[in-house]
Amino acid sequence: MIADVPLLRRGRAALGLAQGVGSFLLTLGITLFGLVVVTFVIGRVVPIDPVLAVVGDRASGAVYERARTEMGLDRPLVEQFGLYLKKAVTGDFGRSVLTTNPVIDDIRSYFPATIELATLGTLIGTLIGVPLGVFAAVRSGSLLDQIVRIVGLVGYSVPIFWLGLMALLLFYAKLDWVAGPGRLDIAYDYMVTPVTGLLLVDSLLQGQVDVFWNAVSHIILPAALLGYFSLAYISRMTRALLLNELQQEYVVTARIKGLSEARVIWRHALRNAAVPLLTVVVLSYATLLEGSVLTETVFAWPGIGSYITNSLQNADLNAVLGGTLVVGAAFVTLNLISDLLYRLLDPRTR
Amino acid sequence: MGLAFVRTGFAAAVLAVALASSSVFAATPKDTLVQAWQIDDIISLDPAEIFEISTTEIAGNTYERLIGYDLDDVSKMFGVVAESWTVSPDGKTITFKIREGRKFASGNPITAADVEFSLQRAVLLDKSPAFIINQFGITKDNAKTSIKATGDYTVDFTMDRPYAPSFALYALTSSVASVVDKKLVLEHEANGDFGYEWLKTHYAGSGPFTIRDWRANEVAVLERNPNYSGTPAPLARVIYRHIPETATQRILLEKGDVDIARNLGPEQIAAISGNPDIKIQAAPKGTLYYLGLNQKNPNLAKPEVREALKYLVDYSAIADTIMKNQGAVHQAFLPKGFLGAVNDTPYALDVDKAKALLAKAGLADGFTVTMDVRSTQPITGVAEAIQATFAKAGVKVEIIPGDGKQTLTKYRARTHDIYIGVWGPDYQDPHTNAQTFASNPDNKDDASSKTLAWRNAWETPVLGPEVDAAILEKDPAKRAALYEAMQRQVMADGPFVIMFQQTENAALRSNVKNFIMGPSFDNNLATAASKD
Repeated sequence: MIADVPLLRRGRAALGLAQGVGSFLLTLGITLFGLVVVTFVIGRVVPIDPVLAVVGDRASGAVYERARTEMGLDRPLVEQFGLYLKKAVTGDFGRSVLTTNPVIDDIRSYFPATIELATLGTLIGTLIGVPLGVFAAVRSGSLLDQIVRIVGLVGYSVPIFWLGLMALLLFYAKLDWVAGPGRLDIAYDYMVTPVTGLLLVDSLLQGQVDVFWNAVSHIILPAALLGYFSLAYISRMTRALLLNELQQEYVVTARIKGLSEARVIWRHALRNAAVPLLTVVVLSYATLLEGSVLTETVFAWPGIGSYITNSLQNADLNAVLGGTLVVGAAFVTLNLISDLLYRLLDPRTR
Repeated sequence: MGLAFVRTGFAAAVLAVALASSSVFAATPKDTLVQAWQIDDIISLDPAEIFEISTTEIAGNTYERLIGYDLDDVSKMFGVVAESWTVSPDGKTITFKIREGRKFASGNPITAADVEFSLQRAVLLDKSPAFIINQFGITKDNAKTSIKATGDYTVDFTMDRPYAPSFALYALTSSVASVVDKKLVLEHEANGDFGYEWLKTHYAGSGPFTIRDWRANEVAVLERNPNYSGTPAPLARVIYRHIPETATQRILLEKGDVDIARNLGPEQIAAISGNPDIKIQAAPKGTLYYLGLNQKNPNLAKPEVREALKYLVDYSAIADTIMKNQGAVHQAFLPKGFLGAVNDTPYALDVDKAKALLAKAGLADGFTVTMDVRSTQPITGVAEAIQATFAKAGVKVEIIPGDGKQTLTKYRARTHDIYIGVWGPDYQDPHTNAQTFASNPDNKDDASSKTLAWRNAWETPVLGPEVDAAILEKDPAKRAALYEAMQRQVMADGPFVIMFQQTENAALRSNVKNFIMGPSFDNNLATAASKD
């Protein structure tokens, strides 16, 4: 009987895992289906004629009608939805009208550009935001705390569009510290064959160190800008979470025990605050992954945000649906990862 | 401890920036012209489908047509792929003699078979610009007999009626009539598509440049054609970079990372005009800014109201401010430079006269009306200025802002009151605008022809037949007179308040020489451009 207990635990753990995976797949399925329905409906009710994007304004009546039929727009809405869904489950999102490519190819090209930018942005935001938040919490009420809070407030309230242009003007045009808009200088274009689509990775894999540094000089400014925005959020949350922890009894105990202040803060308090902080960072990352349309516009960055927006403005429904689904799937997956990490780090949630 | 960590973090960030800035920032290479331009309108590189501004310009630099026209005097036409042409005595057939010894970029010779294939293909594929050739009675059913190679270097172009030769010739200068490499295109044919799927993203022409690459919303790259039969382009490469934000275009230009910025607004142009490294180049384009007054609206359908509104726009004030360097006052449907264009401007802001006309129409207290406005400059600015002057006579305008495709969808569905629009001619012949502004053969809601007259529900029982007759008039002077009369009628009575003719501005680095900006986008040419 006693020997059975670990078995039982293992059984429960396996069951828990299976339930977790099952629940994730269900959430993913429902989310994606919901996204398809909502995006499809939006796509059909927007007061934009999708045929215009294909044939333009000058086409003859016959050409217009033929394109409309080819796009299946003459069929009942339910039938159009059914047909779309049938194709989408096989990964066939159709072709984008604007780029003429299969939507899946477009996503392969645009999404990595966004991933690269969002990842670097989140890294910058976290690496600077967490220490800033810690510092603000430890020196709560000090001048530096006020500065950190103002920095956060500015990050939250200044339009990214304006800030992006000012940053370009200063760091690119005046100081010449970084390269301008786009992912690479034209001189380096075509030197790297896309494998992962992440220029920083592909250039290193192919031993193109010059290209790598050029890509870094292009990405650093938009990434820093996005990093500043996630920093504003992350530092504020770190400060609040840590302040909360510092008031706990275990902190008092640790101090009474004679542990150094650094050890109390970094090893004990921050470690406990790290669990909810992780969710903050992951959600901030997920938000950046949706694509920051304005940053992408200012920096001529060919990312998924501007791709979806441009497609929506032209009622390019295949592209809008495909792009939205992929971003949605990424969002749900990141949420799940955040959940899993939460469980892993916090025994109480197991 | 915390502070130390923060310091380390900042040090790392500064190091990263320093490392990044150590990379080379090459100004644009001397043999490469880099243009910052909004090129997200490109949907196809196939000349049979090209109809957008960016692609029209790219086609002008990369493909050749049978004939061309002098940019300074568009009435002078010359052969390009064709050496010469003759019109048959019955006026229905134009025979083109093709120049011998010329090649496509692929190395294949240009022959009559290529011309025959290209024009037939455009009709058979039946994409948006196909109507330009369809106008001559050439349809999918008769394309193979109407466009016929009669020898290795002669092609007959046979029309259903004896149209004015200039009408047919101008139509053949448009992108849809570009000559494509038959052999190369057919090598990529799939399922009888005349190579359409392939040519949408590839190149098969004979122009000064070839199209090396196009990445949607990112870049289009042209390279010098080593097999070009004319004077080789001085530049090895022309790159169009898609820079959606005009402020970014300006920064790139000032920095020297692009050679030309194409979408700068008047304020940006004014701001950089003092920079010795930059020069501004302007060229009048055929595009017109106008108001469309929907005749389904009972107030706008009154002739006195239409006339009154023409007196309620402060043309010169808008031209001097919002449209400064962007357009000039022009009130007829044919742009300056076109055969028969009327250039006088009888309307100016006259509130008293407008009030009198409104009173005559029984609307002494004015009325309320909506205006669909694309949310982009200078359109929004012009609309707001009009709103202010209309109000002086009691006409209350409610502006409905919208995205371009959104307002256009509404306009095409004829559910607007007033639409502020732009219209550019499809080719250099006056018929292109006469047909759309002055002809509405079927005013029913489901009519297949959606001319501007139709979109504003304006019936044209008298003007329509006049438009049809003018394309058969062979005497250029008489033909010009016919168009002049049509323009005056539309000006006096039509549901259009035509206001301005667009001026295109480009800001160039001072070292760029001989970049040509012609009257239409297909003659914005980098073919002779070079850099000091």
